[in-house]
Amino acid sequence: MHMSHLAPSSDSSAAQAPILSLDKITKSFPGVKALDGVDLHLYPGEVTALIGENGAGKSTVVKTLTGIYQPDGGRIIMDGQPVHFLAPQDAADAGVTAIHQETVLFDELTVAENVFIGHAPKTRFGLIDTKAMHLRTAEILTLIGANIDAGVKLKDLGIASRHLVAIARALSIEARVVIMDEPTAALSQTEIEELYELVDTLKAQGKAILFISHKFDEIFRIADRYTVFRDGQFVGDGKIADVQESDLVQMMVGRAVEQLFPKRHAEIGAEVLKVVGYSHPTEFEDINFTLRQGEILGFYGLVGAGRSEFMQSLIGITRPSKGAARIDDKVRVIRSPADAIKAGIVYVPEDRGKQGAILDMPIFQNVTLPSLNKTSRDGFLRLAEEFALAREYTERLDLRAASLDTNVGALSGGNQQKVVIAKWLATQPRVIILDEPTKGIDIGSKAAVHDFMSELASQGLSVIMVSSEIPEVLGMSDRVIVMREGRMVAELEGAELSPETLVRHAVGIQVEGDAA
Amino acid sequence: MSYLKSREAILFGAIGCLLLVVATRFPGFVAPQNLVAVFTDTSPLMILAVGQMAVILTRCIDLSVAANLALTGMVCAMINVAAPDLPVAVILAVSIAMGAMLGAINGILVWKLSIPPIVVTLGTMTIFRGIIFLLTEGKWINAHEMSPHFTGFPRADILGMSVLGWIAVVVSVVMIVAMSRTSLGRSIYAVGGNPHAAVYTGIDVGKTQFAAFVISGMLAGLTGYLWVARYSVAYVDIAGGFELDVVAACVIGGVSIAGGAGTVAGTLLGALFLGVVKNALPVVDISPFWQLAISGAAIIIAVAFNAQSGRSKGRVILKSAEHAQ
Repeated sequence: MHMSHLAPSSDSSAAQAPILSLDKITKSFPGVKALDGVDLHLYPGEVTALIGENGAGKSTVVKTLTGIYQPDGGRIIMDGQPVHFLAPQDAADAGVTAIHQETVLFDELTVAENVFIGHAPKTRFGLIDTKAMHLRTAEILTLIGANIDAGVKLKDLGIASRHLVAIARALSIEARVVIMDEPTAALSQTEIEELYELVDTLKAQGKAILFISHKFDEIFRIADRYTVFRDGQFVGDGKIADVQESDLVQMMVGRAVEQLFPKRHAEIGAEVLKVVGYSHPTEFEDINFTLRQGEILGFYGLVGAGRSEFMQSLIGITRPSKGAARIDDKVRVIRSPADAIKAGIVYVPEDRGKQGAILDMPIFQNVTLPSLNKTSRDGFLRLAEEFALAREYTERLDLRAASLDTNVGALSGGNQQKVVIAKWLATQPRVIILDEPTKGIDIGSKAAVHDFMSELASQGLSVIMVSSEIPEVLGMSDRVIVMREGRMVAELEGAELSPETLVRHAVGIQVEGDAA
Repeated sequence: MSYLKSREAILFGAIGCLLLVVATRFPGFVAPQNLVAVFTDTSPLMILAVGQMAVILTRCIDLSVAANLALTGMVCAMINVAAPDLPVAVILAVSIAMGAMLGAINGILVWKLSIPPIVVTLGTMTIFRGIIFLLTEGKWINAHEMSPHFTGFPRADILGMSVLGWIAVVVSVVMIVAMSRTSLGRSIYAVGGNPHAAVYTGIDVGKTQFAAFVISGMLAGLTGYLWVARYSVAYVDIAGGFELDVVAACVIGGVSIAGGAGTVAGTLLGALFLGVVKNALPVVDISPFWQLAISGAAIIIAVAFNAQSGRSKGRVILKSAEHAQ
């Protein structure tokens, strides 16, 4: 591990030369230096993990490598020669391909058409050679172990299959460098394992892989090398075998993070929420649990287990077919999110971009949106009271912004998340539901979110945390409910809580004679 | 925010330049009483445009405003013919109530049946005009059939400006307050800015869109009476095609067709810009066809401007830059 701007040190320059290197790349946007002289080397047959907090410049690097952005300074070197990617097509021609965080696919086209869009094989009359396209798609799908028919329309596929199509698309050009930008974010545990196998296949074919991820277990599982960026600057690189998790964390945040999941003791009080027999015709069935004051209740399960669907029903977005919710031992009928807010249940959705904040609105207006009855008098909004409320709750979350008048769209992802949470705390809820609260956010912000969750609980708020990350579930929850295929399959507490038990319940493996 | 302010500044500058150019050829145009006349002439457009703005902010569009105006105007004229002594206050109340009702029809169809607003209002636009024909069998109601207080009201002079102009001022002030200082105004921006987030926040998206259609309808109804009284005539085709001018005023004024962004001040300036073009070109001997070309060019420039500003919204990546925003 070295922490300088030097080229790869002797220990990391193996016999082979990198396929692709970035040499002192800089990229500025008006008023912002996104990349400040960063280096990156991608070697054939190796996985390089690019690590950094949100805003470290990872996405900008991906866009530079794929020709979407042109660097202001520095060089991109491929096979020892400087190259210029002036357009995405140039990068594709050079064999650089990316599987993006949110891949753009076309619902109304078939799998084969999606895979070959833009570079479909042609007949001698210049028309698309459908037969060849289907054959090659089937080949690629077999290669990545995907059992998908090349002829079906994309809209008929599930999330995981779509992801495989995206990967197939990336491989359909003769790729030498494959960029994976948080590829596991939307995948379940089994799918992630399949992806790892795919990565191994690609490595065996001598492709260089750039792997961007927030998950350390993942990085240590599949990466050979690492490169760390911080605030648009290169911090260090080296071989994964030579570092500890804590070293990487320290390089990323520039400070030592003592504990990632600082659960503090909270006084568990009286029962606040009791859910009895909640069912939905197609999404979930017979959900029963209680939640007490100061408690953090984890909801674990694979993606698609029905956790978010249940939560959305609990706050009145969808209607349950039967079941009741009691708050403070009173039955509350929740037919809309407004009812839920009144009853004291708030939901912080997973997709903060789509469901969380209103980007074109200033911070203070976002925060006060569900509390406008509190900040208005005689039907008119009081700006001073709005600002006071917004200031109180953003300060509690240590939100750093020049002014509460700043539009939320101008904030970083982590700060947008804080605005969304501040908005809900300002309603003074009894129960707060956090759906994947740390998904896709950097490790520093993650620790802050966890710390904050603990604080909420210790102040007497009851927290429901939907999470797919086992360390987070184990570290934060007082109790864990595991869901599988729309049903509650386990309620675990204390000594019963272990990674193995959670996964076993979530995937439905019964190990005979195993009491744990 | 700063961008919107600058949009308003640009429009203000554009209107100023236009006046300056016209003044070099025809100095009388910028005389105060003529400017007041231009303002009064543009008042119906301004009133309709601020209503339309509320609708567009919620990601909808109201193409039926001109037809609503014509139908409500005709009904007001018919009431006046039937009961010539009815005071203007009653006529005003009727026009607003009826406009609101017609707007509510649009709103209900969008809210409860989830029909795309452009389809709903395209339909009601035709239906409203059709109803006028059924009511009148195509006959006109002319000046001599209307009572003097009915036609005189919008033209009455208060402090050098007609009542019509003052109504535009009052409507503007009410809309500025409603959009910035009431929960409904805030909800309208929220629904257009991010409907998904609005749902989670406890805002009923459909109901908010309904409210926006009612506002737009109310103002269209009010304008209906004022229009018929001012021109002292009512027939099927009054204000034909005017809905496009109204949408144009919003777009030029910086209201985003994608919803969620736009201000009352910008919309008013957009309407005034069109009003000045319409009134200025004839006096400097430019063909009315140029008028259409200039309005059209202004719309395209405005939209291009919107697209450009959307594109240049750079990401904030460095921590240090966040504070500089």
